[in-house]
Amino acid sequence: MSAGNPYTDRKYVVGAIAGTIVLIFIIRLFYLQIINEDLKIAADSQAFRYVPVYAERGNIFDRNGKRLVYNQAAYDLMVTPKQIKNLDTAEFCKTLGIDKETFLKRMLKAVQKPNSPYKPSIFAKELSVENSSKIQEKLYLFPGFYVQPRTLRKYPMSVAAHILGYVGEVSPEIVDTSKYYRNGDYTGISGIEKSYEYDLRGVRGTKIVMMDVNNIEKGSYKNGEYDTLAVAGKDLVSTLDLDLQVYAEQLLKNKLGSVVAIEPSTGEILILATSPTYDPNLLVGSIRSENYMKLKKDSMNPLFNRALMASYPPGSTFKIVQALIAQQEGILTVESRLPCNFTIAGKQIHCHNHGSPNLTESIQKSCNPYYCRTFVNIINKYPKTVEGYLNWKKHVNSMGFGVKLNTDIPNELRGNIPSVEYYDKFHGKGRWKASSIYSLGIGQGEVGATPLQLANYCATIANRGFYYIPHIIKKIEGGQIDKRFKEKHFTTIESKYYDVVYDAMFKVVEAGTAANGKISFIQFCGKTGTAQNPHGDDHSLFIAFAPKDNPKIALAVVIENAGFGSTWGVPIASLLIEKYLTGKITRTAMEKQMLDGVVLPVKGKKKNSSTVD
Amino acid sequence: MRERENIFQGVDWLLIVIYLVMVMLGWMNIYAAVYNEEHKSIFDTSQKYGHQLIFIISAFLIAVTLLFIDTSIFTKFAYPIFGVVLFFCIAVIFFGTEISGSKSWFRFGSFGVQPAEFGKFATCLALAKYLSTLNIRLTDLKTKIFSALIVLVPMGIIILEKETGSALVYAALVFVLYREGLSGNFLLLGFLAILLMILALIFNTSVLVGILVGVSFLFFIVSRKTRRNILTIIASLVISSVTVLGTNFAFKQLKQYQQTRIEVALGILEMTKESKKSDLWNSYQSMVAVGSGGLAGKGFLQGTQTKFDYVPEQSTDFIFCTVGEEWGFLGSTFVLLLFVTFIWRIIFIAERQRSMFSRIYGYGVASIITIHLAINVGMTIGLAPIIGIPLPFFSYGGSSLFGFTILLFIFIRLDSERLLVLR
Repeated sequence: MSAGNPYTDRKYVVGAIAGTIVLIFIIRLFYLQIINEDLKIAADSQAFRYVPVYAERGNIFDRNGKRLVYNQAAYDLMVTPKQIKNLDTAEFCKTLGIDKETFLKRMLKAVQKPNSPYKPSIFAKELSVENSSKIQEKLYLFPGFYVQPRTLRKYPMSVAAHILGYVGEVSPEIVDTSKYYRNGDYTGISGIEKSYEYDLRGVRGTKIVMMDVNNIEKGSYKNGEYDTLAVAGKDLVSTLDLDLQVYAEQLLKNKLGSVVAIEPSTGEILILATSPTYDPNLLVGSIRSENYMKLKKDSMNPLFNRALMASYPPGSTFKIVQALIAQQEGILTVESRLPCNFTIAGKQIHCHNHGSPNLTESIQKSCNPYYCRTFVNIINKYPKTVEGYLNWKKHVNSMGFGVKLNTDIPNELRGNIPSVEYYDKFHGKGRWKASSIYSLGIGQGEVGATPLQLANYCATIANRGFYYIPHIIKKIEGGQIDKRFKEKHFTTIESKYYDVVYDAMFKVVEAGTAANGKISFIQFCGKTGTAQNPHGDDHSLFIAFAPKDNPKIALAVVIENAGFGSTWGVPIASLLIEKYLTGKITRTAMEKQMLDGVVLPVKGKKKNSSTVD
Repeated sequence: MRERENIFQGVDWLLIVIYLVMVMLGWMNIYAAVYNEEHKSIFDTSQKYGHQLIFIISAFLIAVTLLFIDTSIFTKFAYPIFGVVLFFCIAVIFFGTEISGSKSWFRFGSFGVQPAEFGKFATCLALAKYLSTLNIRLTDLKTKIFSALIVLVPMGIIILEKETGSALVYAALVFVLYREGLSGNFLLLGFLAILLMILALIFNTSVLVGILVGVSFLFFIVSRKTRRNILTIIASLVISSVTVLGTNFAFKQLKQYQQTRIEVALGILEMTKESKKSDLWNSYQSMVAVGSGGLAGKGFLQGTQTKFDYVPEQSTDFIFCTVGEEWGFLGSTFVLLLFVTFIWRIIFIAERQRSMFSRIYGYGVASIITIHLAINVGMTIGLAPIIGIPLPFFSYGGSSLFGFTILLFIFIRLDSERLLVLR
C-alpha cells in the first residue's frame, strides 16, 4: 500500500524537523559548554568553598632555648542551626554550664545576620580544657554542634610584653592592600609578632570544600587533590636572656623606667625592659579588646614602651661624647686641664670645686664647666657656627644618637639631635652661636636619647668605637636574620681615644659617682647621669659595661623621677651585671632594697635640683 | 518456542540496542544525580537508583511480554484500550492524590502510577486505527474533525488533571496527520501562530498590530485586487490581530510561575539575586550545570551542580543536566545523536510498513519522542520554558519508563510482522 502513497516524501519533512531540533541543541550546547566561561565560574563559585587551613604560628625562644611564646590549643563550640536535630536543651545547657536564657540568646545570634542558619558560627568561644573535653564526650548527642580547635598565643613567663607584641585580626586596610591577608586572618600587631610576621605566620593552605545548595559541606573536592597544605611558621630564637629579663622587670617594679642590655660583641639585646608593663597573656583571644581598653585607660600608660619610645636628655652620660669628639678634633688630650668654672652668655656654670681636672678626672667627677667649655671649643674650631655644629653632629650621629638604629623591633624613636634648620628657626638664621646651645655639651637642652640608644652607645664604648645594630632575634629556624645585624658600624672616633674614657668610667665605679654599685669581684665601668625633667623630679640614668676587660654586657638604666643616677640606676645595673656574669646575687640587702623600692612620680614637686652626679 | 524464535528474528535490533543503551545511560545518570555517600551501591533499593533498576527490570518484562502478544490484539482492541486509559485518566481527577497542584497520580504506598503516561500509546493506537480504516481521507473535513478529537480529548482530560505540560505533548501528533495527508499549510500556520505568540509576548501589542496592518497593506498593494484576495488579506489581519491580543490576554490568565517560565525562556527576565529559588533560578542553575561541563565533562560522579541540589528535579525533568555536567559537550552531543538516530530509524521503519496501521502508529511514536526531546532538553539549556515532562528512557520514574517502553515495543512488535500481515 505504501507504493503510490502520495505523501511518502513527507517523511523527509518530519525527519528534518527532528534533525533541525537536535542541530539547534548541539549549537546551543557548543555555546554553553565550550564558548561561555561565565557558567563555569558561576558553578565553581557556588559549589566550591575555599576554606583556609591556618598555619601554626612559630614559637619564640630565648637565647638559652627557654620558651617565650608558644601556641596553646583552644576550642570554640560551633553551631550550624539548620543541622540541629532533637536537641535535649536541658541536657545541653547542663553540659555547657549555661542557663536556658543564654542558650536562646546565643541561638538567636547564630541564626541572625551576619550569621546564617546554614553556616557554622561560634556558639561558645575559647572553652576551657575541661569544658571542651566534657562536651566532646557528649557531642554525639548534639547534632549540629561541633568543636573547632584553634590556637592562642601563650606566654609562660608573662614577661617582655612590649618586645614580643601581640597578635590580632588584620585590619580592613591591610586586607585591601595585601595579596595574602583575608578578613578574619590574624597578624602580628606589635613587637616581634609584627616585625617577624612573615617568618612567624607560615603559609596558609587552602582546602576546597564542596557545598550543596543549602550551604552544607559535602566533603573535599577530588579527595583533596587540589588542596594546598599549610606551612607552619618558623620558630625564632631571641637574643633575650629570659632569666635576666625577668629579673630586670622585677627590679623595675613600682618604678617608671627602662633597662636595656646589649652584648657588645654582637649587638644582641639581652634585656629590654620597660616599666610599668603588663602581662602579655592579657592581650590574647577574646579577652584582648577588653583588656586593651583597660590598659589604654591606665594613667601609668603600661602600653608605652619606654625602652624604644621614650626620649630622655642623656645628661652627664653625654659628657663622654664630648670627651671623644674633642680628642678626635685635637681640642683635648688626656692631660688637658681646664678650670672648674666657666662663664658663658653671662651665665656662670656652677661646679663643686674640682680645681682644674684633667680629662679622666673631668669624667670621673662629672665636671659641668669642663664640658660646656669643651663643647664650645668643638663648635668654635670652625669659623662658622653652622660648620662647627654640623661637624659635631656628624660625630654624634655616628654614635647612634639622633638617628634610628634600625633595630628589628617596631616603633623605634630616633631621639633628638636638633638640625641646623631647627636652630635657624628657633634663633633666626645665622643668629645662633656655640654659646646659645652650650648645654648640649652636658646632655641637656634639646638633645634626647632613648634607653636603647644609650645602651647601644655604652656598647660602642665597650667596643672602643663600633657597634652592631641592636637586635632581638638571633636565629630564624630555616631562615636567615637580616644582613644588617652582622655589620660593624664604626663611629667617627678613632679607637685609641676610647682608652681614656675606659679608664675614667672604671674610676666612676671604683671611686666616683657610681661607687655604691661597685662589685668586689667584678671590675666594671659606668657613668651616671641626670636627665632634667620639667614635669617633676629628674630622671636617674646610668650606663655601664662589664667586665672591664672583654665586656660581655653593656646596659643603660633609666629610672624616672628618681633624682640622682646613683640612687636607683647604679644598684639596679650592678645587680643585673652580677646576675648575668655569675648567675647569682650576693648582695641580698641591696637586692631587697631595689625590689621593694617604690619610685613613682609626685607631680609638680621637685625633691632636689642638684646637677651633680 | 518456534514462535518465540520467529519473534526475535523479526524485531529491529538497532532500535532495541539504542533503547537498552538509553535506559542504561539514564540509570547511570540518575545514580550520579542523586548520588548518596551513605548508599554507594547502585543496586540499593532504598534509593532512587535502586528504584529505577526495579523499573528497568519491570520494563524489560513488559517489553518481552509485548513481543509475545498477537499483534491483532493491538488493532482489534485499539479503541477499547484507548477507552480504558481515558477512563483512568478521568478517574485520577477524582480519586488521585494531589501532588504539587496537579491530580495525575494514583498512589499505592510508596509507588505511584500516572495514567497520562499511558495515554500516549493508547492515543497513537486509536489514531492509527481510525486513519487506517478503509475509505478514510484526511482531505475530508469529517476525518479532520474526528482525528482532531482523538488527539484533543486526551489532551483536554490531562489539562483537567492540571498537567498542562504533558497535554502539550499531544500537539506533536499533528505530524502524524501531516504525514497522512493533512495540508502542509496547517504546519505552516501553526508555526506562524507560535511565532506570532512569541512576538506578542516580547513586543508591545499596539506596535505589533500596527506592523500587521502595515504588512497587510503591502500585500494589498502588490496583490491582484480580486475580491477573494482582499477577503483573505482582511481575514488574515483579523485572525493575526486576534492572536496577538488573545495571547496577551491568555498570558495574563496564567499562574505567576507559568508566566515567569515563559518570560525566562523568551529572555525577557534578567537573572537577579531576588530570583533565587524562583523558576528563573531553576532555569539559570540548569544552564550553569550544563555549561560547567565543558568539552569532556567533569566525569562520572564528579558533577557538583546536580549532585548537590543546585538543580531542581535533577533525576527527573532535569536529568539532561547531569549528562551535560558530567559528560560535557561530547557526552551531550552523543546522547542527542542517539536520539535523532533513534527517531530517524523509527521513521524509516514506519515507512517500510505495508500496514497503514503500523506506519501511522510508528509516526506517532516518532512524534511523541521528538516533542519530549525538544521540550525537555530545550528547557534544560534555556531554549524552552520549564515544562515538566520527562526525557524518554532517561528520566527517573516507573510510569514514564513503562509508558515509553510500551509505546516503543508495540511498534517493534508490529514491525516484526511487517512481512506477514497486511492490514
